[in-house]
Amino acid sequence: MALRNEAPAQVATVAVFRHRTLADREDLLGRLMLAPAMAYVLLLVGAPLVLALLLSFSAATAGSLSFSWVGLRNFATIVSDPQFHSALSNTVLFTVVSQALVVILATAGAFVLDAAFVGRRLVRFLILLPWAAPVSLAAMAWTWIFDSTFSVINWTLKVAGVLHGWFYWFGDPTLAKIAIIAVHVWRTFPFATVIVLAGRASIPRDISEAAVIDGAGFWRKLFQVEMPLLLPIVTVAVLFGVVFTSTDLGIVYLLTRGGPYNSTHVLASLAFQRGILGADLGQGAAIALFLLPVLIVVAAAMLRLARRTEVGT
Amino acid sequence: MAYVETRNLQKYFGDVRAVDGVDLAVAEGELIVLLGPSGCGKTTLMRMIAGLEQPTAGEIYIAGERVDEDIPPRARGIAMVFQSYALYPHKTAYDNIAFPLEALRRARSFIRDAVQKAAGMFGIGHLLGRRPRQLSGGERQRVALARAVVRSPRVFLFDEPLSNLDAKLRAVARFELKQFQRQLGTTTIYVTHDQVEAMGLGDRIAVMDRGKVRQVGSPQEVYENPADTFVATFLGSPPMNLVEWSGDTILGFRPENFLPKAVFATDDGVVSFRLRVREVEHLGASRLVYGMLEERVRTDQPVIADLPVTIRTPIAEGEVYDFAVARRALRHFDARTGLGQYDGAT
Amino acid sequence: MTARRALRIVRRAILYVAATAFTVFAVMPFYWMILTAFKTNQDLYVGATDLSHVPWIFNQRPTLEHVKLLLAHTPYLTWVENTVFIGALVVLLTLIAAVPAGYSLARLTGRWGERLGIGIFLTYLIPPTLLFIPFARVIAMLGLQNSVWALVLVYPTFTIPFCTWLMMGFFRSVPRDIEDQAMIDGYSRAAVIRKIVLPLAISGILTVVIFAFTLVMQDFVYALTFISSVGKMTVSLGVPVALVRGDVFYWGSLMAACLITSIPIAVVYNLFIDRFIAGLTAGALKG
Ligand SMILES: Nc1ncnc2c1ncn2[C@@H]1O[C@H](COP(=O)(O)OP(=O)(O)OP(=O)(O)O)[C@@H](O)[C@H]1O
Ligand SMILES: [Mg+2]
Repeated sequence: MALRNEAPAQVATVAVFRHRTLADREDLLGRLMLAPAMAYVLLLVGAPLVLALLLSFSAATAGSLSFSWVGLRNFATIVSDPQFHSALSNTVLFTVVSQALVVILATAGAFVLDAAFVGRRLVRFLILLPWAAPVSLAAMAWTWIFDSTFSVINWTLKVAGVLHGWFYWFGDPTLAKIAIIAVHVWRTFPFATVIVLAGRASIPRDISEAAVIDGAGFWRKLFQVEMPLLLPIVTVAVLFGVVFTSTDLGIVYLLTRGGPYNSTHVLASLAFQRGILGADLGQGAAIALFLLPVLIVVAAAMLRLARRTEVGT
Repeated sequence: MAYVETRNLQKYFGDVRAVDGVDLAVAEGELIVLLGPSGCGKTTLMRMIAGLEQPTAGEIYIAGERVDEDIPPRARGIAMVFQSYALYPHKTAYDNIAFPLEALRRARSFIRDAVQKAAGMFGIGHLLGRRPRQLSGGERQRVALARAVVRSPRVFLFDEPLSNLDAKLRAVARFELKQFQRQLGTTTIYVTHDQVEAMGLGDRIAVMDRGKVRQVGSPQEVYENPADTFVATFLGSPPMNLVEWSGDTILGFRPENFLPKAVFATDDGVVSFRLRVREVEHLGASRLVYGMLEERVRTDQPVIADLPVTIRTPIAEGEVYDFAVARRALRHFDARTGLGQYDGAT
Repeated sequence: MTARRALRIVRRAILYVAATAFTVFAVMPFYWMILTAFKTNQDLYVGATDLSHVPWIFNQRPTLEHVKLLLAHTPYLTWVENTVFIGALVVLLTLIAAVPAGYSLARLTGRWGERLGIGIFLTYLIPPTLLFIPFARVIAMLGLQNSVWALVLVYPTFTIPFCTWLMMGFFRSVPRDIEDQAMIDGYSRAAVIRKIVLPLAISGILTVVIFAFTLVMQDFVYALTFISSVGKMTVSLGVPVALVRGDVFYWGSLMAACLITSIPIAVVYNLFIDRFIAGLTAGALKG
């Protein structure tokens, strides 16, 4: 046929670069394409992480480039420092309490957003706002809301007849902690809600419906059918939440600067105060490193989860 | 001289021996069908020929040239049609068909003519402006075929190109496919696990099982003289009856050759069996009789007889009848190896 | 029957109450931003002890004074400029690194790449809190203190891992058959990427651009650590720390800045959140 007659010409055209070139070599191409990202991660995440370790064993300061080995002295200093203890326990407190609340709110929020009602899309958009807005700007809004003179919360509570005295939000350690936790919850629950929502969407409807047909009541359905299926996805939400909350510096720094009387410092803000403001990089690094175990646990949990679902599917 | 040839071709995925030593020789202009059950390595074999998969061991030749080491898929002069058709979703039908020619840096006018001609060949000239999403399954398949022929490849590779079509369309498409392959005379390797398709299309059929080629031959050869018990039972529906006979031989006979004794004019050249009938299925054009042999040597072996409507012998479930097979329709297999024994006995 | 109906109505009611409660909790600070940004100072600075003055509404006509002040007499626009400049460069660096890496991990490195992909994703979990101290040292060594280039250098440390992971997911969703087909149709792997894969992944790339940019906008810690002069700050740093006169915040202008910055980001972010979540949970739930 006519088509076939053109074949020799075609072979000739191809013959110029018939053999394997770099553009065909998948193994080489793969490495080449991965190289920039790998280099960036190794040089600017891996190396600094190692540097953080080294710094924590040194008396380095921001001002000079000297580097003198002091062994465990930085750790000895901070371990005997009551302010470090309070920062450590605050970090745990803020993280645990806020994430516990977030799990409850996110599960409930996902239920709400999963139901069909008028204006659902708008509600979803609005609920997501706290997560989308830049954290430092949101923190400023809250700082103003909790203002000692103009607090709209105080006004509302007073009008409602609940508050008789006056809340100096950032003047009282307990109130300040409540405020910080509230902002953490406000900021992370939208994110967790959307994750759980995505998880619910991936539960096959027929399982849920089968449970209804089986006559399972709402609560039984919730605890025996939906919860176990949702558990992995809720875990993911919590793991991210733990990372975001436990390492956050912006909210504490902008709301209270660690005050009053240094009572609301967390590891991140204390590390910043000692390491950057106080120019003692060694001690700052040592303080921040106490976050590492948390991150390792989270990473391990993520990997386990990844492996389990891999086996499952 | 073989146009496409593989020598001891192997592909292991870890422990899985997807292709396990295949020697295949395809003649120029021939349409060979790779037939085998799911997972037997047909696709893997084809992908190695295409260059999409690197063989673990072995050699591949196309037109006498060794291609497996240094010739990338783009330079092998092949065209392939995937089961999914693999149309480029962001391109129109026209651009899909033109794409292989653009790789050859052909002039725009040349490309236009070639696309028109290929589209005309498959009757899709009016669909060229559409995207794949806007095409039906059958239309997509035609676009994929047009794209395959447009650059006049040396070899066509088809991986179950009809399996996404409904039964009616499939029969038509099969016929057309054979037509245009004949017309172009392009060497073709066609993968399927549908034996009707294989029988209808193939100049020759290569039956595969667990990474190995069990038998290569014309459809008739493969059907009538299966090389082993696997091929015997894989081809034919219902499959060949296999009966343990003497200690080291298995006897095989096709259901359509297994008929009531009364049908045979003489006893000469006929082997008879007593059959206890368990069930009779009326299929319109034929009757399927399921039963057990009642024989001295090996009793209770399940067999099937396929009786055409022309045989009106009444058969009742639960009764015992005399059935027979012409001696020349009997096949013998080695009980241990399963290999067919064809030395003069037939 | 009626009992059932009643139950249904109660359920509906609970649903709407819950939806309203969630919305109010989420939106309240933004509402407060709006009020503050457009209230006159007289309306704004009334102590909360005055119970007769309702702070939740405009008691006087809204004013644009604060917005004008923000735009004309504060460095806000400079900060916006800095942010856009840094953001654009970071997005560029991120694309250059993350798009090829994502493809490589999705298609070219086999099982080994899958592990590596998870590894890269996990580096996203290493927070600024752990890195800002060693970075302070590195930045000092490079002489980049108080320079926007410090941020251009540092921000890709979190945008690249995350975006590589997202791109990997997008590339995996391109059917492999299509790529194989293009290779058979006469193209090298590199040409297939250019002509087929990138056009099909364009929406993924767009998502990555958006998220790299918003991640940059979200940062406060690095900016706080490296930037000290007001003229070089980003929006997220400048607004909270530099919109003060002496000790006093310009709350009206400050909230106007928060509002003007947050809302566009939130809108864009919302459009892409589903893909973002898909990428994130795929990262955690499937290797
Ligand atoms: N990339 C791969 N990795 C691991 N195992 C594979 C891979 N590709 C194929 N296999 C395995 O190799 C064997 C042969 O697969 P192949 O796809 O060639 O079968 P097939 O004959 O085409 O089957 P089907 O008729 O279902 O398409 C199967 O067991 C399959 O699981
Ligand atoms: Mg296959």
